Amino acid sequence: MDLNLTPQELAFRDEVRAWFAANVPKDWVQRRNAEESMQARFEYLRAWQRKMFDAGWAGVSWPKEYGGRGATLMEQVIFIEEMARAEAPPMANVLGLGLIGPTIIAFGNDAQKKRYLPKILSAEEIWCQGFSEPNAGSDLAALSSEAKLDGDAFIVNGQKIWNSYGWAADWCELVVRTDPSVEKHKGLTVLLVDMKSAGVEVRPLKQMTGESEFCELFFRDVRVPTANVIGKINDGWRVAMGTLMHERGTFGAGLQVNYRRNFNRLVEIAHRMNRAGDPLVRQKLAQAYTEIEVMRFNQMRAFSRINETGVPGPEGSIQKIFWSELNQRFQQTAQEIMGAYGQLAHGAADAIDEGQWEYGYLRSRGNTIEAGTSEIQRNIVGHFVLGLPKSY
Amino acid sequence: MQFGLSESQQILKNNARKFFAAECPVSEVRRIMETESAHDEKLWGRMAEQGFLGVLIPEEAGGMGLGMVELAALAEEMGRALVPGPFLATLAGAAAIEAAGSQKHLAQIASGEIKTTLALLEASASWDPDAVAMQGLIGEKMFVPDAGVADVIVVAARDRGELALYLVYGDSLQKTAMPAIDLTRRLYKLQFDNARGELLARGETARKALDRAVDIATAALCAEMTGGMQRVMEMAVEYAKTRKQFGKPIGQYQAVQHQCADMLVWTESSRSAAYYAAWALDNHAPDARAAVSVAKVYSSDACREVGNRGVQVQGGMGFTWENDVHLYYRRAKSSEIAFGDATFHRERIARLVIDQMNARTAVGV
Repeated sequence: MDLNLTPQELAFRDEVRAWFAANVPKDWVQRRNAEESMQARFEYLRAWQRKMFDAGWAGVSWPKEYGGRGATLMEQVIFIEEMARAEAPPMANVLGLGLIGPTIIAFGNDAQKKRYLPKILSAEEIWCQGFSEPNAGSDLAALSSEAKLDGDAFIVNGQKIWNSYGWAADWCELVVRTDPSVEKHKGLTVLLVDMKSAGVEVRPLKQMTGESEFCELFFRDVRVPTANVIGKINDGWRVAMGTLMHERGTFGAGLQVNYRRNFNRLVEIAHRMNRAGDPLVRQKLAQAYTEIEVMRFNQMRAFSRINETGVPGPEGSIQKIFWSELNQRFQQTAQEIMGAYGQLAHGAADAIDEGQWEYGYLRSRGNTIEAGTSEIQRNIVGHFVLGLPKSY
Repeated sequence: MQFGLSESQQILKNNARKFFAAECPVSEVRRIMETESAHDEKLWGRMAEQGFLGVLIPEEAGGMGLGMVELAALAEEMGRALVPGPFLATLAGAAAIEAAGSQKHLAQIASGEIKTTLALLEASASWDPDAVAMQGLIGEKMFVPDAGVADVIVVAARDRGELALYLVYGDSLQKTAMPAIDLTRRLYKLQFDNARGELLARGETARKALDRAVDIATAALCAEMTGGMQRVMEMAVEYAKTRKQFGKPIGQYQAVQHQCADMLVWTESSRSAAYYAAWALDNHAPDARAAVSVAKVYSSDACREVGNRGVQVQGGMGFTWENDVHLYYRRAKSSEIAFGDATFHRERIARLVIDQMNARTAVGV
């Protein structure tokens, strides 16, 4: 056991840190909380990703042959942490870089890798995922969007929901049913769908925070060439699970840095409000510190293990349960410390931190739902880790 | 960066598991806990042969000269096997002696010839070293673990107002058992009336030695708690797989399955925190003391909660004397209390972390 960074990792960290220090746009911190259209914001983030791509920082974990940096997993973790530490803007193509690119690398053929990967890195093409449906959320394999073979193309019909970045996406990793006659997990196929195809409609979904991170996607007789099948026909469940493992595994790496920053900020606020001497406040702050630290230790352990075994495993579900529930408790603690100020929203002159705590409280409600509900994560832990019989 | 055991650390852990499975199965735990001192001299001797009693003691003093991570790995296995007796007490005493810059008795501790303990608490039941009030070697210490078999007791007291550590010989004072929840470790009240002893350290040296010894013992305790949690979880999961109601294993019902999943989250998280604390202490990391408190806060609550679920999942059987879960459940409570519970350590974190962070910028209020 050695938690010190190796000389190579240290050198990598210093290089990353220096680059961010010199290149993170100075206006981002103010701009982050400012009112602007989603489209304008998105173009800003796309330009930022392009800048990172040009400097060789997009897809650090991807193999060099696919335009990545071939960094070790530890270096990737360092990269994500440094990015969070520098308060850098997120990259526009979050899902392409984190989930769909790795899926194409794992399951795609050479032509697909050559066609899609470079444009994911450069943010020239933005990606979304078409997984959940109105009647297939946690029970994803029950999805009913169907694709029927017609010569050299599939004809796709159906509806998807909860699509992050759907409104900005050029392409979609879409899971469809190609064989309704077999058991539900066996008749699925993953298609790469051009969002500009005829018959694709995108509608934004407004969420409780007032934002529209998510969309609904409608597919009406959309033609998708069979060349766009990723993996094998009717082997889509394995491909989709590969994507979700990435979602639950490495996706949260920058979170603990953000949580620690939020914690530090909350302690400052508690001091300012003369509440840091209150024994109950001290207990709650110390509990938050404990949980954020334990999350950090859990992640270090999990990343070490992925580094050895090569793939994220069901242990990712433990992380997901931990960080999502932690954040909800933390946001409640923040509300209690701020009292009447906590509820003030963006635009209120007296709001603390321009209303980000009101937003954070509401947004954290989604944490135990997005990327697999806490209940589904506990099913995964129960069945795949503890070996208990499947409940459904 | 590598957060996991090295090959040699893993070998030590595997050997410890095999050793305790053979030498201290739960039938032995039950036999030993029925004895007056909950200690078995033969088992102690076998542990000494394995080097387990001198993991941290330098090689030149007859120990293994290993570090906290190795100690944590051993403690985890001991917690899993619920090994009764004065291991943790002796560890705390030996750590205090060494941290005070002395090598006295260390060789005999490593060889199993003598056992020690650390007498810290008094009637106030406060784990804060500032609360130590006994003047010299006259007065009373309470809740002293396994003092019944301790040949040498490290005693925290006041010497002309300053904190001091004394080495006191176990046969020169009066020991009264304090029967308590954990059947595998005994607590004692000690009455000192000019007991035979010598000054080990005083003032700043004593304070630093005490802090270091308590941190070492606390980190080891957290690893031990993790091992206990692991075992309780395994018992509950095994039961949930085999016990059938309404024609199905109860572990198929999500109400039961999710309790087991929670047990895993808590156990794994405690493990991460315990090993991080061990590593941080070994490497004198700047956050080492806070890391010890983080581990103790987390595992104190988690160990109790895993115990609660461990009993609940096993239903009526979990509430019986013959089911082993209550032995762990009892241990969980005494471990939660030992060296300060979660509330105590949260306040310690507040002092170590929160009080050090001042309001730097205006927040509009």
